[in-house]
Amino acid sequence: MEKRVTFDNRLLPYLLLLPQLLVTIVFFFWPAGQALYQSLLLPDPFGLGAQFVWFSNFEYLAGDRYYLQSFVTTAVFTFFVTLVSMSAALLLAAMADQVIKGAGTYKTLLIWPYAVAPAVAGVMWLFMFQPSIGVLAFYMKAAGFNWNPILNSTHAMTLVIAAAAWKQISYNFLFFLAGMQAIPRSLIEAAAIDGAGKWHRFRTIIFPLLSPTTFFLLVVNIVYAFFETFGIIHTMTSGGPGQSTNILVYKVFSDGFVGQDLGSSAAQSVILMVVVGLLTFIQFRYIERRVHY
Amino acid sequence: MATISIRDVRKSYGTTEVIHGVSLDVADGEFIVIVGPSGCGKSTLLRMVAGLERISGGTIEIGGRVVNELEPRERDIAMVFQNYALYPHMTVFDNMAYGLRIAGKTKQEIRDRVNKAAAMLQLEPYLERKPRELSGGQRQRVAMGRALVRDPAAFLFDEPLSNLDAKLRVQMRLEIKQMQRSVGTTSLYVTHDQVEAMTLADRLVVMNSGVAEQIDTPMAVYERPATRFVAGFIGSPAMNMLPGTVDRSGIALESGRILAVPEAERLETGRRVLLGVRPEHLKLAAANEATFALGVTAVETLGADTLAHGRFEDSSGDFVARLPGDAKIAAGERLPLAVETGKTHFFDADTGLRI
Repeated sequence: MEKRVTFDNRLLPYLLLLPQLLVTIVFFFWPAGQALYQSLLLPDPFGLGAQFVWFSNFEYLAGDRYYLQSFVTTAVFTFFVTLVSMSAALLLAAMADQVIKGAGTYKTLLIWPYAVAPAVAGVMWLFMFQPSIGVLAFYMKAAGFNWNPILNSTHAMTLVIAAAAWKQISYNFLFFLAGMQAIPRSLIEAAAIDGAGKWHRFRTIIFPLLSPTTFFLLVVNIVYAFFETFGIIHTMTSGGPGQSTNILVYKVFSDGFVGQDLGSSAAQSVILMVVVGLLTFIQFRYIERRVHY
Repeated sequence: MATISIRDVRKSYGTTEVIHGVSLDVADGEFIVIVGPSGCGKSTLLRMVAGLERISGGTIEIGGRVVNELEPRERDIAMVFQNYALYPHMTVFDNMAYGLRIAGKTKQEIRDRVNKAAAMLQLEPYLERKPRELSGGQRQRVAMGRALVRDPAAFLFDEPLSNLDAKLRVQMRLEIKQMQRSVGTTSLYVTHDQVEAMTLADRLVVMNSGVAEQIDTPMAVYERPATRFVAGFIGSPAMNMLPGTVDRSGIALESGRILAVPEAERLETGRRVLLGVRPEHLKLAAANEATFALGVTAVETLGADTLAHGRFEDSSGDFVARLPGDAKIAAGERLPLAVETGKTHFFDADTGLRI
């Protein structure tokens, strides 16, 4: 039987919903509406007046080489952040799953990075790899590697990917570990008796059974790389050198608040909203079907 | 096909020893059932044979080869788990073929072997299904099929029937027995259910707190239980135990009442013993021939049998007599009962060993 709550007072259910509705309206619908509206305006640099220009902000973006380049940058960045953070987390989880002595300590240590704010993580990595004062940069240079993320685009990209991925490993690790521990021990034992070695068991039993977790993390990681890495980019490279680490979400900020082009910035954030919505839709629509629950 | 030999096998977790030296020789093709209450170490013993638990002491040989340090996959065994442990993302066919694929068999041979096992277990219509689309009994069969196709040296069963309902359990019990007979593979079977143990076993191993208390054929265990524990564990309802002292004319109970038990003559007078009588070895007798009279407190009518529960004046607890189903008995009666000759058991009151 369907469980339904009934209220005697007709107003009460709406009152109870009000706080949540208010939060959603104030922090999501209002800004989203504002962005939509502003994306159709062309304000002057001093914010004194605005002209309604229909879709010319979007038209301009469609022809903007830098904007199109930012799409590619974002794709590369997201792909590697997701790949690195998920595979590292999977490896760590697989190993932690086998640890018996001091398992709690390992887990706690591996979860810690998640408590670090993105900006702090960014600054930390920046210091470690700063070409002139960084500890690790020193050793890299000593090993004969000409490391310079301030001038070299590839180095800069590698650095922000590493920092962003590192920060997300803990989160992925936690879910992978929980997923692995939910797999009945006897399944692994049965496979061991059937003759499967460790790697074969992982490939044919554990990994397929983890697919719901993997899928969930894929969605979460892509959204993370798209949006939540702003702090890391901002503290480490500010989108540079050149435009090489200027991912979409950072470009929204830099064009709008640094470049004072609020109309374009609003148009970009509208596009970003649509892109993430589409990505998530595609993922749930197509990839989820291949998942074994 | 292989023999299994377990010699003084011990298992410790840290400083706590849970299996205190079990020895057992299993002949080729023999069906051994390890039975005992939960926590007695029976599953641990089986898992040590499988290679899923490390062996702390002693040796295990399968087919004449010491396997102590071998990985499960190197031991040439197959195991059926209590929760079936089927791979949920694979079809029935793939579940059964998993081990064969790893062993590098050809596609043709895999198909032949799986089809043969499927035919034997009536699983042919389900080969393309996933485990979740099967009933409990079918899943159990798939688990057996997975063991069967590999044609291993030994089958290990870890309480394979305890997740099934009562009716299915009886049916699957028979099927396991028949399957084992037809392939003739040496089997170790762990259960806590004494009916399963009695019906399946060529020989029984009765375990209690990490010790094998008796290893013998089911009938021998029933007729001559080696210890007080075995006597109470095998047989249903359990054997009645009366503490007492050997007296010239029989057994003197704590209450002072003397039971005339002729078999007690061979024991020295004054020895403190437990007198064991199975409920089914008591019969209604005329008042002058009765060994004792039992004050009936409750009656259970099972149809074929009637169980009369009573109590002696002393602290020996519930006393049960299993009488024919047509016996008309009511609570409150005093029932004159006689023990069938030669059907008494004596155990030492201190050691619990059979005398």
